[in-house]
Amino acid sequence: MADKVKLYDIPEEEFLLPGNRMCSGCGLSLIYRTALKALGPNTIITVPASCLTVLHGMQGFTSVDKISVLNTPFATVAASASGIEAALEAMGKDDKVTCVAFAGDGGTTDIGIQGLSGAAERKTNFIYACYDNEAYMNTGVQRSGSTPYGSITTTTPIYGKTEHKKNMPKILEAHDIPYVATSCAAYPLDIYAKFKRAKEIKGTKYIHILSPCPPGWGFSTKDTIKIGKLAVETGFWPLYEIENGKFLLSNPSKRLLDPAKRKPIELYLSVQKRFKRLSNEQIEEYKRYINQSWEYIKSKNITTQFL
Amino acid sequence: MSNGNGKRFLKPGKYLMMGNVAMAEGALSSGLKFFGGYPITPSTEVIEHLAKRLPEVGGCCMQMEDELASINAVMGASLVGAKAMTATSGPGLSLMTETISMAANIEIPFVFCDVQRCGPGTGFVTVPHHNDVGLTRFAGNGEFEVIAFAPMSCQELFDLTITAFNYAETYRCPIFILSDAYLGHIHEVVNIPPKEEILKRVIDRTIPEDTKGAKFTYEDINTHKLMIPKPYIVGTEFCPPLIIHLPHNQDGVLMPEENSLRFMKIMIDKIRDNIDKISLTEEYKLDDAEIIIISYGLPVRASYRAVDLARKKGIKVGIFRLITVWPFPKEKVKKVVVGAKAIIVPEMNYTGVIAEQVERVTDLNIPIIKVPKVATLHHPDDILKAIEEVAK
Repeated sequence: MADKVKLYDIPEEEFLLPGNRMCSGCGLSLIYRTALKALGPNTIITVPASCLTVLHGMQGFTSVDKISVLNTPFATVAASASGIEAALEAMGKDDKVTCVAFAGDGGTTDIGIQGLSGAAERKTNFIYACYDNEAYMNTGVQRSGSTPYGSITTTTPIYGKTEHKKNMPKILEAHDIPYVATSCAAYPLDIYAKFKRAKEIKGTKYIHILSPCPPGWGFSTKDTIKIGKLAVETGFWPLYEIENGKFLLSNPSKRLLDPAKRKPIELYLSVQKRFKRLSNEQIEEYKRYINQSWEYIKSKNITTQFL
Repeated sequence: MSNGNGKRFLKPGKYLMMGNVAMAEGALSSGLKFFGGYPITPSTEVIEHLAKRLPEVGGCCMQMEDELASINAVMGASLVGAKAMTATSGPGLSLMTETISMAANIEIPFVFCDVQRCGPGTGFVTVPHHNDVGLTRFAGNGEFEVIAFAPMSCQELFDLTITAFNYAETYRCPIFILSDAYLGHIHEVVNIPPKEEILKRVIDRTIPEDTKGAKFTYEDINTHKLMIPKPYIVGTEFCPPLIIHLPHNQDGVLMPEENSLRFMKIMIDKIRDNIDKISLTEEYKLDDAEIIIISYGLPVRASYRAVDLARKKGIKVGIFRLITVWPFPKEKVKKVVVGAKAIIVPEMNYTGVIAEQVERVTDLNIPIIKVPKVATLHHPDDILKAIEEVAK
């Protein structure tokens, strides 16, 4: 399990320099900056078409420093990482270099799931990080498998999305990989701790990080952290890690096992423009959905805490 | 196929429209009922517009999980009788090629809009590059013919999309509309004709009244000539018992291997025999022209200006424009280039895909000058310079 991290544990060395191409208030810049600090300089990152490609910019104008990045076709981020990892192992360098696939939610839950599932099944020794801004933000807010229920996007413009979010961590948990974790851009210390832990483990590691997106979700750029915290505190986005089948709720989510301690979901939904057309029935459906997901967490938590 | 709520057609009149939107409206006018797509710059506006518009006409716009799923959903929709299309860009097209080859084999009618961007690989996503012209011709394994349109304005995107759907119903082969990043994003005035006029042009998917006997055969019973049967509709009696993508006769019965050549002949000759009907071209000041510009798509617009400027200087030059790029109108080009002093082919790619086709059918002693541009438009001066150099 990830060690507790204090602010002074995080190294000062920067890998993501100021002045990148992200929108102001982007959750991804925070995630990427913190994750790179945990991963260190000997890292190869594969990136499919996503907002992260925009962040990297072009050779000579990039703000990313000291690491190697490979831009891959959309569907193949995990497959490319598998190839890199296998070659590193063949050359005996896999202990020194960390191989990471960093993809968005579209590249993970939709087009990339086949490659990811294959890599997990082959027990590829790499970290797969999915930053989840809950739609195709790079092409201008189209729905993805990870878009939440009732959310207005440009391809669900009238009623909003009619299905719930795909539960990707649960799918990866079913692959029996050694480490699955969820995190959120509003908790950099949590992100740092989980990447640090993932780096120590051998095998396929999956980290799913919620990344609030001001233009896509429709909130002011100053509110990224606030929205991210609300997602966790309302119980919509539970933070947990599963190491070798052992389930552990992370600190910000621990006390939310008690439904009374969860903030009302309306607080989270009402401050985002993408949920502006939610009816009362849909909000009730949200409450049911959150309760249901916490029932699952409760059952996991109880069965594994005595292992 | 009429619909009750009448929102299929826009009110006749002039609209300021984006190219991608004009293309989508053209598709709706010709009775589009299903769109399966996946977001990719610069074609995303098509799916965004249809997500709003298709539910209004009782259709379905479905965003799929990837390009492979999109094209296969389109195939499924088309098989059960809906007019269906997809739109994507180069990287998406390369992912879809396997299904395009399959669709060509079982002759499913569908329309494919390729909003081309600068490649190869991811390339630059918001600038044009006519680099898929060759790919569309050979999209997928196996031998088959395709039809590809190259519009040059938003009005043409609207009009040619209607023609494209008609061709799909008639010729039952992959139909491409070769748009590009600039044409897809340009805003121009589009003149929408009245509903009645559009309906006259549209060929609907219908079950022929006389379906008895040789309903799926390729041969006319009386004249024994090659003919193209109407597309079948799965779920009705007008449908073969088995749909397979192996060499087959139209009743879905597998052909023995030695008859593969016959199958190939049917697949290819149905287009080649009808090339005069299929191929659309345009001529501009060609009657006395000594220098001939052969072009398609956006470079044609610059060519018009260049020709006018050159004519003022007394140079006899004209344009032969390909509105359908594939199948390549070999015989027409052969006729046009007789006696020409030189041929200029302005294209928005470096290799000159169509220039190579022109080379194939012209005399060796006629020089062919390529004017390549990538990721940017031709300036009339670029073409004028080429004309003046040849005229010297």
